[in-house]
Amino acid sequence: MYYLFDGTYLGFLCCVFESFERKEATVVPITSEDHQIDLFKDRRTIVTDNAKALRVQKGVQERIGNAEAMDFYRAFLSEDRKAWQASFFILHQIFTGRTAIRQHYGNDHVLYFSQILKKVSRERHRMKAFIRFSKSSDGLFFALVEPDFNVLPLISDFFRKRYADMPWLIYDMKRKYGLLFDTRQVGEVQLSPEEVQDTTMPSVAIAMDERDELFQRLWKQYYTSTNIEARKNMKLHLQHVPRRYWKYLVEKK
Amino acid sequence: MQRIEEKLKILADAAKYDVSCSSSGSTRKNRDGIGDASASGICHTYTEDGRCVSLLKILLTNHCIYDCAFCVSRKSNDVKRAAFTVEEVVDLTMNFYRRNYIEGLFLSSGIFKNADFTMERMLRIVKKLRQEERYNGYIHLKTIPGASEEMVKEAGLYVDRMSINLELPTEAGLKLVAPEKDHESVRKPLAFVNEQMKSFKEEKKLIKHTPIFVPAGQSTQMVIGATPENDFEIMQVANDFYKNYNLKRVYYSGYIPINNGNSLLPQIGSAPPLVRENRLYQTDWLLRFYGFQLDEILNPQHIHLDLDIDPKLSWALRNPHFFPVDVNAADFNAIIRIPGIGRQSALKIIQARKFGRLHAYQLQKIGIAYNRAKYFLRCADSPFMLGHPSMEYVRIAILNAGNQKSRQQVSAGQLTLF
Repeated sequence: MYYLFDGTYLGFLCCVFESFERKEATVVPITSEDHQIDLFKDRRTIVTDNAKALRVQKGVQERIGNAEAMDFYRAFLSEDRKAWQASFFILHQIFTGRTAIRQHYGNDHVLYFSQILKKVSRERHRMKAFIRFSKSSDGLFFALVEPDFNVLPLISDFFRKRYADMPWLIYDMKRKYGLLFDTRQVGEVQLSPEEVQDTTMPSVAIAMDERDELFQRLWKQYYTSTNIEARKNMKLHLQHVPRRYWKYLVEKK
Repeated sequence: MQRIEEKLKILADAAKYDVSCSSSGSTRKNRDGIGDASASGICHTYTEDGRCVSLLKILLTNHCIYDCAFCVSRKSNDVKRAAFTVEEVVDLTMNFYRRNYIEGLFLSSGIFKNADFTMERMLRIVKKLRQEERYNGYIHLKTIPGASEEMVKEAGLYVDRMSINLELPTEAGLKLVAPEKDHESVRKPLAFVNEQMKSFKEEKKLIKHTPIFVPAGQSTQMVIGATPENDFEIMQVANDFYKNYNLKRVYYSGYIPINNGNSLLPQIGSAPPLVRENRLYQTDWLLRFYGFQLDEILNPQHIHLDLDIDPKLSWALRNPHFFPVDVNAADFNAIIRIPGIGRQSALKIIQARKFGRLHAYQLQKIGIAYNRAKYFLRCADSPFMLGHPSMEYVRIAILNAGNQKSRQQVSAGQLTLF
């Protein structure tokens, strides 16, 4: 049975709620964007209801604690359908009393879930590392990214605490939304349709701080000077900095 | 007057032989300013040699009154000299940091005039960053050997990590290439800072607002392959420093020939001993995280690490009586001694086996290096075996089985006959 939901985490939790209410255990959660689905399988549209979602959330927290309950949100951000399926399986186990299921690494779903969590966590860490701010003439530090997973919600706190005295914007080019910090709080922003037109050349649209180019040049200089030619190891280099990230890295552009 | 680009080029180039780029272990929070320390550390990029770039690693100056043969900045070397002003270092650090290029600053220096004069200048940079820029990011400061204790103590209040390099693993080696230096001038400040760290921690238990003192601890570095010390000697020194000075890290740096001036040192063109360096780090990890004692891995009978295989496998082959280990019954400390199983996998195994005896396919999926581990473990579907396989056979089988990066590297250095 397919459960068609709106693609939000609350919607996902509602699928869990409905499957218990309707006693339908073999459920595949999907969104309207999923095309490769079996046309002959039954489907049910799940309407997102915040109250139901919160009941599921609270239920999980009571059974396994807040920290581990967060893992389902992290896994959800992978946008990986197999991970959603694994989450669904584990949540079912937890609600039927098997709260230690997360340690059952011999089980395929559990193992996959832990592996996807690791991947999401790695991507989150990479974003902390690979984000490169440019300074605009009005003092805004902005950065463009295209993370593999939807990890912006997971790095928001980190950047808010660290760069507390300057306004910044981190924009996800793939998912078309960003985080904007105005030195007080972080908010979600979406570019208007006209601005989206411009995203091919965003740096042109924004006037840069006069010293920004200098520091980009100095950073490239430093990057070259700190390399030890006699130890060159491109395989290791690429393992740490895969090519897909180069586009937004000042030193690799 | 040199341009800032040129200074950066010279002083980053001269600082790059310092291996440490760690930015982990500090707990500094952002208090009404900019920056904080990330407990796990963050590598913001990697150079083409595969090394992490976490900190802006520079010398304040490469002018130096010493003439250590292994050092690129030694007095008699004909290189361009440069010196940053205090303001330049602060400006660079802040602007790189705000753009998220770096985790912080790693500041070292050649010694000009004398130790205190140099240390005082470095201290000014650190204080300006903390007090005027309200900067709470990571700072790693090299302690200048011979600087006064008052100055070292003051610096400790502002920085996250301090370090002094041993340079050569033994006193005898050091005397060969740097007659003006000795190990005592390294041990003394390491011991002093260690004592201070302890007393600050004690005080913190009584008085809550005691300032933090070198929260990320101390480290040191040894050059490997410049002088003829063997692996046993090197690891004995490392072990001693870990124990006596509570170091966070000892770094091993394969010597890269930078001049032909000294006939005692490897000449330009000889490859840095990268595999050996890697084996030393593996040994270091086994000692710190895997519960091994040094004499199990290196002792007077085994003074060299095997370059073909890693030290844990090497130990296992010498100790067949320890194996096979039954992963469904053994405790954590025994499982992490199996070659091909690390701490993370061992933890997963311990948890997963509560749900039923583990089979080989499950171990493979969990992510252990099964092709190596299979000779040393038993699981639910291991075939019944009489006696042990010969360890010589196991060694050859593992070496021949696929992915042996080290083997390729080792053989690349050997001459072929035909």
